[in-house]
Amino acid sequence: MATSTPIDFKKVAIDVVVAALMALIVFGPIVGVVLDGYSFNLQPSRVAWMVLAVMVGRGVLSVFLQTPRGAAMLHGLESGGAGVHVRQPDYKSRLRWIIPLLIVVALVFPVFASKYLLVVVIGGLIYVLLGLGLNIVVGLAGLLDLGYVAFYAIGAYGLALGYQYLGLGFWSAIPLAAIAAALAGCILGFPVLRMHGDYLAIVTLGFGEIIRLVLNNWLDFTGGPNGVPVPSPTFLGLEFGRRAKDGGVPIHEFFGFEYNANAKFIFLYAVLFLIVLLVLYVKHRLTRMPVGRAWEALREDEIACRAMGLNHVLVKLSAFTLGASTAGIAGVFFASYQGFVNPTSFTFFESALILAIVVLGGMGSTVGVVIAAFVLSTAPELLRSFADYRVLLFGMLMVLMMIWRPRGLIRVSRTGVALRKGVAP
Amino acid sequence: MMDGIFLQQMINGLTLGSVYGLIAIGYTMVYGIIGMINFAHGDVYMVSCYLAAIGLAVLSYFGLESFPFLILGTLIFTIVVTAVYGLVIERVAYKPLRNSTRLAPLISAIGISLILQNYVQIAQGSRQQGVPTLLEGGWRFDFAKGFVQISFTKLFIIIAAFVGMAVLTYIIKYTKLGRMCRATQQDRKMASILGINTDRVISYVFIIGAAMAALAGVLVTMNYGTFDFYAGFIIGIKAFTAAVLGGIGSLPGAMLGGLILGVAESQFSGLVNSDYKDVFSFGLLVLILIFRPQGLLGRPLVTKV
Amino acid sequence: MSDDIILSVEHLMMHFGGIKALSDVNLKVKRNSIFALIGPNGAGKTTVFNCLTGFYRATAGNIHLNAKGGEVNVLRLLGGPFEGPDFVSPSRFASRVYYKMFGGTHLVNRAGMARTFQNIRLFKEMSVVENLLVAQHMWVNRNLLAGIFNTKGYRKAEGSALDTAFYWLEVVDLVDSANRLAGELSYGQQRRLEIARAMCTRPQIICLDEPAAGLNPQETEALSGMIRHLRDHHDMTVVLIEHDMGMVMSISDDIVVLDHGNVIAAGKPEAIRNDPKVIAAYLGADEEEVA
Repeated sequence: MATSTPIDFKKVAIDVVVAALMALIVFGPIVGVVLDGYSFNLQPSRVAWMVLAVMVGRGVLSVFLQTPRGAAMLHGLESGGAGVHVRQPDYKSRLRWIIPLLIVVALVFPVFASKYLLVVVIGGLIYVLLGLGLNIVVGLAGLLDLGYVAFYAIGAYGLALGYQYLGLGFWSAIPLAAIAAALAGCILGFPVLRMHGDYLAIVTLGFGEIIRLVLNNWLDFTGGPNGVPVPSPTFLGLEFGRRAKDGGVPIHEFFGFEYNANAKFIFLYAVLFLIVLLVLYVKHRLTRMPVGRAWEALREDEIACRAMGLNHVLVKLSAFTLGASTAGIAGVFFASYQGFVNPTSFTFFESALILAIVVLGGMGSTVGVVIAAFVLSTAPELLRSFADYRVLLFGMLMVLMMIWRPRGLIRVSRTGVALRKGVAP
Repeated sequence: MMDGIFLQQMINGLTLGSVYGLIAIGYTMVYGIIGMINFAHGDVYMVSCYLAAIGLAVLSYFGLESFPFLILGTLIFTIVVTAVYGLVIERVAYKPLRNSTRLAPLISAIGISLILQNYVQIAQGSRQQGVPTLLEGGWRFDFAKGFVQISFTKLFIIIAAFVGMAVLTYIIKYTKLGRMCRATQQDRKMASILGINTDRVISYVFIIGAAMAALAGVLVTMNYGTFDFYAGFIIGIKAFTAAVLGGIGSLPGAMLGGLILGVAESQFSGLVNSDYKDVFSFGLLVLILIFRPQGLLGRPLVTKV
Repeated sequence: MSDDIILSVEHLMMHFGGIKALSDVNLKVKRNSIFALIGPNGAGKTTVFNCLTGFYRATAGNIHLNAKGGEVNVLRLLGGPFEGPDFVSPSRFASRVYYKMFGGTHLVNRAGMARTFQNIRLFKEMSVVENLLVAQHMWVNRNLLAGIFNTKGYRKAEGSALDTAFYWLEVVDLVDSANRLAGELSYGQQRRLEIARAMCTRPQIICLDEPAAGLNPQETEALSGMIRHLRDHHDMTVVLIEHDMGMVMSISDDIVVLDHGNVIAAGKPEAIRNDPKVIAAYLGADEEEVA
């Protein structure tokens, strides 16, 4: 690429030296001096590598930003180009071919899948559900919910404790968990949503941690860190175990087929898949419905919305509660497929993972969230050695996405409508 | 009702509260100037705890034994390095987002918070870290219904925190830098028209906030001895509560809010239940937001239409 | 309050901390008229608007809106602080709590008063039509299930909302831009879209905050025509703040002049034009502007 202006290497050198100095101060003590009891070990080589990496990175960035393409990109970042467009009214998405294809693949999948693969995919689908729910709250309504995992926990513990104390089963737990999570969302959201938007973030952050603390500390009720066992799901009273436990009939005996150890997971997969499809459809409709439009309008300009007669508190609350109830449903599936719940599944990192899914996949579309959910939730399965760096990568992902593509959270293409002329007399 | 436990918790509360107040300053100043909750601030504090322990270990390794020099050296080292952390974080993660959507800096801050936690975990290991007791002894007062102990460490913490706050108040009130900060807080656009480099002022605010968190980190490390990579999370939420309680954007408010929250929390854990002290603080945050969102010393919020 | 007064403001006072933005504002707006609020910069015009439309809760005074067949007290809708009588009468207490929980600016709009903003506030990253559909939120089928299953009733409600949207687009001459993003429109178009959006809430009184600011003379002329059209063909009452004296004098039925938070003159355009107090308030700048 031809550069119109020569690259100013003096400036690059200064940038690199400043960056190296900063990196040395920042990384030097923490990376180079490892505490060992009251003493310490020196690890200078780690620091050297990191400083070197920062220098190279800064140098490349500095040179790149001086090329015309880099300058253009910088300009684009600063002006915050929207990149949103309205589709033609007669636009037809390619998805209308892809979706039926995916449904067919999903239908034949359990026939061939091993148990391990089933479990991984169920995990992925749970994150799809969580991602879709949080995308309503963060992506559409523009509310930052950092304690989303609390509603997930309410769903999971709702099934576990509901079974233990009230004898609830899988099927009754699904609607009840959704309602319980929605109620919790209402009680938390109503007072806070009347305030400036940013307070919601910190209150939900606290709420997520509080739910975990209560689950951990209330030994008599929740079993504390030991957790609670969760019953296997049943289908029309039929059980999926080899032998009946609660006086029911095992499904393979009832239908007279060979016992299949995967039966429970195939069943969970099937139900979960149907629910994900349902939620996808509902979300597709919501963005075209008055309430969906109102969420997006609130995200754009709250003051204008109030002047239009929208009760901003209730509109925001509806998004918040809907997101919460989706997490509640996801929690029930999580509990059933684990067969056991304890508070360690509901830490802040889990909320951060779901947020990362929304941030990465948000890209304006539901499809993005589905893909991101699968990528982020199954990546640790594929890259075991990266497990330690998982959170670090999520963090970097969030920062880079915000700098590079902050509009990823906005629906990029909007539906067009056919013009109607001659309505006015 | 002046029994021993009450008085003892009062002293513990003041110690804890002055730490909350120091951290709350970082939240309140950043919020005041760019209207953003800096979620990474709690983790900056956590990094400063590690830096304090590292500073102490290295300085004692080189034979520095006397308490005043040891603590002074550690303080300078921790404050300088933490301030650089504040500066770098602001430059890398927040400055490019100044004209972005409202959510972008918040999400970026969460990202930084995750990065710091995991980075420290990888670099230093997941186990709890600690420092030896530096300042032995204290005073003990006996009376009819029990006794009260004031360790020198606690006394040192309260005094150091107040000195730190006094210095900061002086800077904000009487120096040119302070005037620039206040002007930028009032009206960023106008301040930049008047020739103030507002980007630089914002960087200073992050540096000041980080320095105050570093002071808190050194003091907490001295008093409680142990910490881990997750230490910044809960204390961050509480310091934010303190900032809201005092009135976000107000410096004296942050200090007052910190003290009140510290005392209330200590009394709650002494008199009611210490398992749920975090739940109590959080409940307090929600109640303040409902009934007095502008806090104790804050100005009522008027939406600009 | 007689029926031909749609909006009456009595002893309106607004303090921000120690600053008195409005000391004692009284005005009455006649139904189906064009009413202008003028005054030098900083006189408190926009503050009056913000009080009227419920964005600020006035410190003291009364604002009565008599539209859509009912009379409402705007301050009550905003859920003010508890007062003595609230603790005596349970029904008053309940209504106070209700408005504290669910009250707010939006109720003022639902009572029939719409507004535009001095610095345009459109939903910039939504399409022009979507802007108008959001404004009809209270008039469409908001039933979640009906929307999800796309029932006949829902489609009908959406269809008529689209009809209304395109009706107003035609009035403000923006039909061809219907599928563009609101943020992409030119300044003048954005101003017109904002008026169309306010009209989509189906108000009886509309408050325009400097609608001609930044428009060229032709656009201002077209705007004047549109405002008259609203009054004559849609039974609207228009309240406007405007600095363009030519426009104000030509279209207004009544004018109130504000200075330092006080009403200094009120009357027909002719009387205002020659009022010495008004001329003094504008400090000589009046010669060119009022001419």
